[in-house]
Amino acid sequence: MSLDGELIVFVICGGLAVIGALGMVLSHKAVHSALFIAMVMINLAILYIANSAPFLGMAQIIVYTGAVMMLFLFVLMVVGVDSSDSLIETIRGQRLFGILFGLALAVLLIGGMGTAMSDKLDIGLNAANDEFGGNVEGVANLIFSDYLFAFQSTAALLITAGLGAVILTHREAWKPKATQKELSVARFMVGAAHPGNKPSPGVYARHNAVNTPAILPDGSLSLDSVPEPVRSRDDSLIIDHRVVSTVVELAEGEDQN
Amino acid sequence: MNPVYYIYLATLLFCIGAIGVLVRRNAIIVFMSVELMLNAANLVFVAFSRMNGNLDGQTVAFFVMVVAAAEVVVGLAIIVQVFRTRASASIDEPNLLKY
Repeated sequence: MSLDGELIVFVICGGLAVIGALGMVLSHKAVHSALFIAMVMINLAILYIANSAPFLGMAQIIVYTGAVMMLFLFVLMVVGVDSSDSLIETIRGQRLFGILFGLALAVLLIGGMGTAMSDKLDIGLNAANDEFGGNVEGVANLIFSDYLFAFQSTAALLITAGLGAVILTHREAWKPKATQKELSVARFMVGAAHPGNKPSPGVYARHNAVNTPAILPDGSLSLDSVPEPVRSRDDSLIIDHRVVSTVVELAEGEDQN
Repeated sequence: MNPVYYIYLATLLFCIGAIGVLVRRNAIIVFMSVELMLNAANLVFVAFSRMNGNLDGQTVAFFVMVVAAAEVVVGLAIIVQVFRTRASASIDEPNLLKY
């Protein structure tokens, strides 16, 4: 078997595409799946170009890895990056039967294709591409003549899809938006939270780290002044509890020196 | 090189995508598997176009891309909407019609 360039491209890109597809199905996190399928799509684009379809290859990179994968990642951000699969099977044995079905489908399709394709038909696209002066011109000639109706229908399809997405994700506001005045009044109502700024952390002279709570006028510590992430840590030593007398002693000690 | 290899590769990718649709429960990953199956079909179109020496296959593959893009937009909007009402991206979650 002679080693031609296309075979090398096919083995590398096809192998990477299969690895990416398997990684997409097997990876736990949805973000990893998205990156794997982006890899599959880029490799498929290279294979399109190797099949003398440069226009489709470029469209594949722009439309799929550019637009579609961006949309996927955007929705992943909305839905939550760490949303992982539930391991409960709603239908018992579905996983096993799914895998078995997939493998059976692969055997059936590859076997059927292998028998049907046994004659090595390979006319090549050089003549068809050269007829109108290039691949893009050839495809354009077909789109704007034989497939004109289908092409114009896609315009309607895309507009409908865009409108559908807008309507599906639209949420009706069912109470009026609060104005600044109303927000301010609500803040000073009896029983509301502290109206002003929260005391800032670290008001000691010698120590102003964020884990040092501010001392209120009555000498007690204000834990509100320590940021929430520090406070919620399950470690009692993280907050620097110093009472006001310690500070006074420290200050007097400095005076004597 | 014999272009039938492309058909085999596309078949393999299609079946991996089918397994993904059947086995995974995260709606977004299921959706990506559907995209993989569409891409595999596109590869078959391109390979057949090359084998038969005319550009119709590539034109159809182009239309498949357009339809896939429209499908992604609507599908992801539905996923976002389901996530808003159910706070879950699992495709087993929306089962109200069952009862």
